[in-house]
Amino acid sequence: MRELLGAGFIILGIPFFIASTLGLLRFPDVYARLHALTKADNVGLGLICLGLAVQANSIAVALKIVLIWGLILLASSTGATLIASSALRHGSAPRRRSDKDTHADR
Amino acid sequence: MLIVDLLLALAALVTAGQCLLLPGLFRAVANLMAFGLVMALIWVRLEAPDVALAEAAIGAGITGALLLTAAGQLPASQRTLQSMASGATRWKIFIFVMVVLITGSLWMTVLALPKPGLVAEVAVVLPDSGAEHAVTAILLNLRGIDTLLEVAVMLCAVAAIWSLQKAIPPPALGDAYPGLPTLARWLHPLFLLTFSYFLWQGTHAPGGAFPAAAVLGAGGVLLLLTGSIVWMHQGAYNLLLRWLLAAGLLFFLATALSGLLMTGTLYGLPPRFASTFIIAIEVATALSIALMLMTFYLFGRPGRRL
Amino acid sequence: MRFVFTDMALTSDALYTLLGALLVAMALVSVFTARHLIRRLLALNILSSAVFLLLVVTARTSSGIDPVPHALVLTGIVVSVSTTAVVLALYLRRYRRNPPC
Repeated sequence: MRELLGAGFIILGIPFFIASTLGLLRFPDVYARLHALTKADNVGLGLICLGLAVQANSIAVALKIVLIWGLILLASSTGATLIASSALRHGSAPRRRSDKDTHADR
Repeated sequence: MLIVDLLLALAALVTAGQCLLLPGLFRAVANLMAFGLVMALIWVRLEAPDVALAEAAIGAGITGALLLTAAGQLPASQRTLQSMASGATRWKIFIFVMVVLITGSLWMTVLALPKPGLVAEVAVVLPDSGAEHAVTAILLNLRGIDTLLEVAVMLCAVAAIWSLQKAIPPPALGDAYPGLPTLARWLHPLFLLTFSYFLWQGTHAPGGAFPAAAVLGAGGVLLLLTGSIVWMHQGAYNLLLRWLLAAGLLFFLATALSGLLMTGTLYGLPPRFASTFIIAIEVATALSIALMLMTFYLFGRPGRRL
Repeated sequence: MRFVFTDMALTSDALYTLLGALLVAMALVSVFTARHLIRRLLALNILSSAVFLLLVVTARTSSGIDPVPHALVLTGIVVSVSTTAVVLALYLRRYRRNPPC
């Protein structure tokens, strides 16, 4: 039962990673790519960590896996903020809805 | 499981190739950090957990931080890295032939090597060494002289860096990016906890002085990056810093000499006190390696005094 | 079953040996042909990782895992980061934007 539940969570998590990778490859600028990576990766990784924690042998191991997820949430959100504010400072401005997409017919 | 090995090998090859061939300094350094992470996974597959722990903290963390900080200090003319693919066709063919030749001969040689190993010999002396985990026993007791010389090499590296230039002051990141110092401060208790856990675990399971030092050093580099460790840059604390840097090596030497006095051979720890000695050396080595990893990050001699 | 298992262990060891040999070759050629000094430093780092890989593969003997090469590799990782730090300090001494002294 627990095995099945864990496998279900892990399989549920995989589409989020695929979607965020697609976003990383196809989105037009830094900010949209960051959006894809941080949002989707956190949910996908959370589901996979939940699946592994359900399958774990002891409470201690399960708590450690959940702690890993929490740490990655902290680090990835801080990293995303840093990259975004650094890009805003030195790089290009965010794209607006009215901007023409130069890669539309690629 | 062979598929996992194949994927890992492919990932290592791709990241290393991109690091060596693509133009752009930042991209090459980022690829080297990714390569370090892949190597950490490969160490786990090869059943070398101690090496994996140290590689994840040092290979992917500290080396990347050193390279990125140095790249940020360079003028724009030095930041462009030409692509290796440029050049005449004849030259490319020569390089390709060289790579194939070296790979083939090395592969054949390593596969044909006998693998005697020292498994039985280590198992015989392990009960007398004072540690249950074989890697810790070798590092701190059986081949302690290697670790002693390694700490000495690191101290020489610190001396070489200090003789070159003054320390680079930390960038004032706090005003522009308030998230980073907060994260560093919040995470540091966890770094300390992991450090103590590795030290405690080192005598009976994978862990020990080197992974612990790598974790503490990485946390310290994060604090140095955000400018949270001010005392290291001040001239008044320079003498204290020098003594702290030398303390690990001096303690190690004292242990080796006391072994000489007690048993007649240099570094021959008597089995009765070996476990006490190992714990003491482990703590001292870990702290001094962590401090030296942090001083590497200053890229020079701290303090105003010469 | 047992035969299959030993066979697979052999192939994965051979695979990692091939990876180590290939990385050594690529990094060695890069060390000698790269123009930019930082690229040479990166190649040196990859070279040391590849040598560690070959050492750890050699540690997998038929009678178990030999801990001595693992200890050697742990020492080597720390020495290679020391080398990187010294080379970077030398490089910054020459090429930094506003040299300190």
